[in-house]
Amino acid sequence: MSSQAVRADRGIITPFNVIAGIIVIMGMVLTAWRFAGGLGAVTNLDNHYPWGLWIGLDLMAGVALAAGGFVTSAAVHVFGMKKYSSAVRPAILTGFLGYALVVIALHYDVGRPWRLPYPFIMSQGTTSLLFEVAACVALYLTVLFLEFSPAAMEWLGLKRARLIVVRLMLLLTIFGVVLSTLHQSSLGALFLIAPGKLHPLWYSSYLPVFFFVSAVVAGLSMVIFESSITARYFADKMDETHKQQKTTVAFGFAKAAAFTLAGYFFAKVIGIAVDNNWHYLATGYGAWFLVELLGFVALPAFLFAIGAREQRLGLVKFTAGWSVFGIILNRLNVSLIAFNYHLPASERYFPSWQEIGTSIFLITLGLIAFKFIVTRMPILYSHPDYPDEH
Amino acid sequence: MEGILTLHDFMLYTKSVTYIIVVGALLGLAGFFWFLNERDEDPDENPPAEH
Repeated sequence: MSSQAVRADRGIITPFNVIAGIIVIMGMVLTAWRFAGGLGAVTNLDNHYPWGLWIGLDLMAGVALAAGGFVTSAAVHVFGMKKYSSAVRPAILTGFLGYALVVIALHYDVGRPWRLPYPFIMSQGTTSLLFEVAACVALYLTVLFLEFSPAAMEWLGLKRARLIVVRLMLLLTIFGVVLSTLHQSSLGALFLIAPGKLHPLWYSSYLPVFFFVSAVVAGLSMVIFESSITARYFADKMDETHKQQKTTVAFGFAKAAAFTLAGYFFAKVIGIAVDNNWHYLATGYGAWFLVELLGFVALPAFLFAIGAREQRLGLVKFTAGWSVFGIILNRLNVSLIAFNYHLPASERYFPSWQEIGTSIFLITLGLIAFKFIVTRMPILYSHPDYPDEH
Repeated sequence: MEGILTLHDFMLYTKSVTYIIVVGALLGLAGFFWFLNERDEDPDENPPAEH
């Protein structure tokens, strides 16, 4: 495999490179615009909406979709499900890049980004949920970097350093699970402070639970989705173990996602019952809520179950993509669409083209980094010097 | 809705409905779990050959 893995790269002028190059150039212009002109020059944010697309999509959805790292490493390293071992490195890489992009996106969104370390060194604010989120994201990004580092060290030939990190892997995994549980739920808890702003169908005292459970679904779905993408575009980088485990991972994770989605569905229904919000279901927002609940929670739960039961790989892959979209929609609903629902349409927030362009730029950066790493480091194959430790 | 006038009414009503849904959810999840795993092979049926 290694001889295939280090094969000569294709030409530079490929459709992906051309499109990515154009997006990166535009993104750099937008970046200069953002930091030269400030938030007001490029965003539609105002006092009603201090958080916009960069928080709703890049941070809220980004963190949820990066949950595959802790879900997969917990399954393999903590629960001993070695049949999913080939999924660990791609999932960790996706999680690491996802969290790295979250931190980069925060630099765009925060008015004075050079003050991002302040919660740790100047004013701790330990009673704030944001402090907890900041601490957990910073620590978990470090943990993900360490979990990912053996692949980079194998590539660089740093055997002794790699051995130290590999010995710490179980500890890092447990640390990662704890940190993820804390901040995934805390991101939902951030909205507990705004009961008058968030629509009652989305507002619930169970928001932290909803965010955590849906993040597990997002992680499982993202691993299946990413696995299907890599199998299509990086098949020449995969060794036999990865090719054989690919379907095992897809069906196993689909089964887990189906059951978790079913639990999430019932938790959401219980959330409505506890607050007696049934009557809101007959409104316009109620219809939109039902689209999310039935179309992006109940339906993927059923489709995942059918796919896993009848071993239909195509259906599982499609449902994974559908479920990923559903999680993004949920985070946008909570942070933007159902937020400030009482405002007239003229005062509602819609992202500027510069905000949308910057988000596309950041996602493209993630894809470029993923491609760079996967084509060079032993992510989808075992390094020949460490054949049995993957 | 018309019958709910006090906090006590609200708590009684919502808790009652919630408990009924929780029981339904537990039964539903058990059934869904069975549906998910119904076709899985039982490892005891085909034990690996002993060497």
